[in-house]
Amino acid sequence: MKTFRIGGVHPHENKISAGQKIQNAPLPNQAIVLLAQHLGAPATPIVEKGTEVKVGQLIATASGFISANVHSPVSGKVAKIDTIVDGWGMKTPAVFIDVEGDEWMENIDRSSDIKPVCKLEPADIVKKIGEAGIVGLGGACFPTHVKLSPPPGKKAEVLIINAVECEPYLTCDHQLMMEHGEEIMIGIGIIMKAIGVNKTIVGIENNKPDAIAHMKALASKVMGVEVTPLKLKYPQGGEKQLIDACIGRQVPSGALPIEVGAVVQNVATVYAIYEAVQKNKPLIERVVTVTGKAVQTPGNFRVRFGTPLSTLLDMAGGIPENTGKIIAGGPMMGRAMSNINMPANKRISGLLMLPSEESIRQEPQNCIRCAKCIGACPMGLEPYLLAKQAELGLWDEMEQHHIMDCIECGCCLFTCPSRRPLLDYVRMGKNKVGGIIRARNMKK
Amino acid sequence: MNLIVVSLITLGITGCLAAIILYVAAQKFKVFEDPRIEQVEVLLPGANCGGCGFAGCRNFAESCVKAESMEGLLCPVGGQPTMEKVAEVLGRTAAAADPMVAVVRCNGTCTNRPKTSQFNGTKNCQIVSNLYGGETGCSFGCIGFGDCATACKFDALHINPESGLPEVDEEKCTACGACVKACPKQIIELRKKGPKSRRIFVSCVNKDKGGVARKACSAACIGCGKCAKECPFEAITVENNVAYIDFTKCRLCRKCVAVCPTGAIHEVNFPARAPQVEKEATTPNNVAKTTEETTNN
Repeated sequence: MKTFRIGGVHPHENKISAGQKIQNAPLPNQAIVLLAQHLGAPATPIVEKGTEVKVGQLIATASGFISANVHSPVSGKVAKIDTIVDGWGMKTPAVFIDVEGDEWMENIDRSSDIKPVCKLEPADIVKKIGEAGIVGLGGACFPTHVKLSPPPGKKAEVLIINAVECEPYLTCDHQLMMEHGEEIMIGIGIIMKAIGVNKTIVGIENNKPDAIAHMKALASKVMGVEVTPLKLKYPQGGEKQLIDACIGRQVPSGALPIEVGAVVQNVATVYAIYEAVQKNKPLIERVVTVTGKAVQTPGNFRVRFGTPLSTLLDMAGGIPENTGKIIAGGPMMGRAMSNINMPANKRISGLLMLPSEESIRQEPQNCIRCAKCIGACPMGLEPYLLAKQAELGLWDEMEQHHIMDCIECGCCLFTCPSRRPLLDYVRMGKNKVGGIIRARNMKK
Repeated sequence: MNLIVVSLITLGITGCLAAIILYVAAQKFKVFEDPRIEQVEVLLPGANCGGCGFAGCRNFAESCVKAESMEGLLCPVGGQPTMEKVAEVLGRTAAAADPMVAVVRCNGTCTNRPKTSQFNGTKNCQIVSNLYGGETGCSFGCIGFGDCATACKFDALHINPESGLPEVDEEKCTACGACVKACPKQIIELRKKGPKSRRIFVSCVNKDKGGVARKACSAACIGCGKCAKECPFEAITVENNVAYIDFTKCRLCRKCVAVCPTGAIHEVNFPARAPQVEKEATTPNNVAKTTEETTNN
């Protein structure tokens, strides 16, 4: 069975919420819609206090090339535009909407009928995806329309669908495939048309045999779509790792996947693209996994953006008594939150409640030079060295050792027998070096 | 016997030849170095802290010798006396400079600023500031893990375990600026040391609106602007909900300290009560105290 070549670790899967039907979360009384739900510049609001909005109405436009539109996830009246404290104590701009009823924009098709035919031209498809404010729902939130417009001179050869879900605990993509496989297949067809490729590989890890069987059955009816089961290994969902696993090509250091002719899309993004192109429905909701070992009813919830995350926690039976950390995302790449009143947004794919005994870091010991971190690093870096360089502030040396290739997957920290905070220092160094490189490019 | 003579002569000739080659090479590849650089370098403290903005003391000495005048050249560690000596060697006059000192602009002690979360990772301010806003409700304030104390080469900065804030030892601080660069929240500032080490500064950098800032920290600057109105020298500006005192304009009258409702403006090294401001200061001071108490309740 296929997998990527270098490094990787095997954390416990803990897919507790697997097989739980997607439930709809209730509408909030007041929706707080963040303007920076994507990578890049925050969107510019085009509504003001008192504006009546409907579900799906554009409320903020992309402000720059790498940015995305934001639509109203609820209907009601704009109460104010202000800053809120996000899940990590930082201020971020948001539009506050007092919810009244649930009135949708007229052009949105809310029926559950499946529309298989798309007659749009490739350029129109990409335009429509951009207008719908779709971003990569795998975690990075990179605007999808930018990813689907390859730079001049580059040609995509193959589309790779990321249905790996290598993060432990998370099951939202798995469940989405089980319930909306047909729509996803149509979405794949739309993307293939948009970027002009005739081959698609859907990569699924083999811990989801039901999803592999389901998708294989559906793919057999579609030309050029192939489902590849992948050997279980974290971080297979990383873009570069997935390309290596599926087509055996390695993306060069510092280059984009298009360099080897690949375009990677997450399966949830594909579903959002189907809804946007065929049903005119912008990205206003997503499936979020709420899970944890002590959680009463872990499950997958479809939530409108702007709903406080505490609503989701309540739906899963509340916060268990001995919870030490609540993590946004999965346990490997997610971040522990300091404020759970943050609204749901495009970025958050899961909420994980870790019991306190699992959430406390153990005391770091001295590095014993066992080189386990080097063996585990999927990008072929030397984490022990980078961490030390970051500690000493040797930014130039870090750049020479390819710190910017780090994908912050946390394999080094996971595998370290001395429990050294490798990722903490590496990430700090990456931020610093990234800043230095940006400043240097600005000067040029 | 013959062997000894032959070897002596051979060695002697080789030695002479080598000496001639070395002499010629030394003359041909001679690098001229201004002897004054050496003289200046000896005068410098040799800390290589980089506080002057150059890469070490040697580099600073080279720049001093090359420069036309002493304008803009200051060794913060040696201060004015060292710069005068350097100027003497170079036959110039030293530019006048006020001695500076590092000032910590956060008063978010454990009592003023309660913790809202607990950070479990590596105790490093830079790492925390990359991850989230910090352990308290104020995302602008001191994180308290002591990056500044680690950066200080003169043992002048220490984290006070009771308040969780760094404290500057005025005697040891050389104003090299290493802590200013190390602080990811830009809390530490180099300010004029002032006559008799007396100075006044706003001990807060919170840019939130008054209510939000006050909720997170009882000693926060709420940007009310009372101090700016009170200041007779127009030294205080309120921007982004936080006041800033321009130390080049401040005349240390201490009127602003008395009117600040949250006690965010600090005065350092002043005598308990100056005779001129006694009458003015007592009443507003009491008023300030009572308002603080009522808001606390």
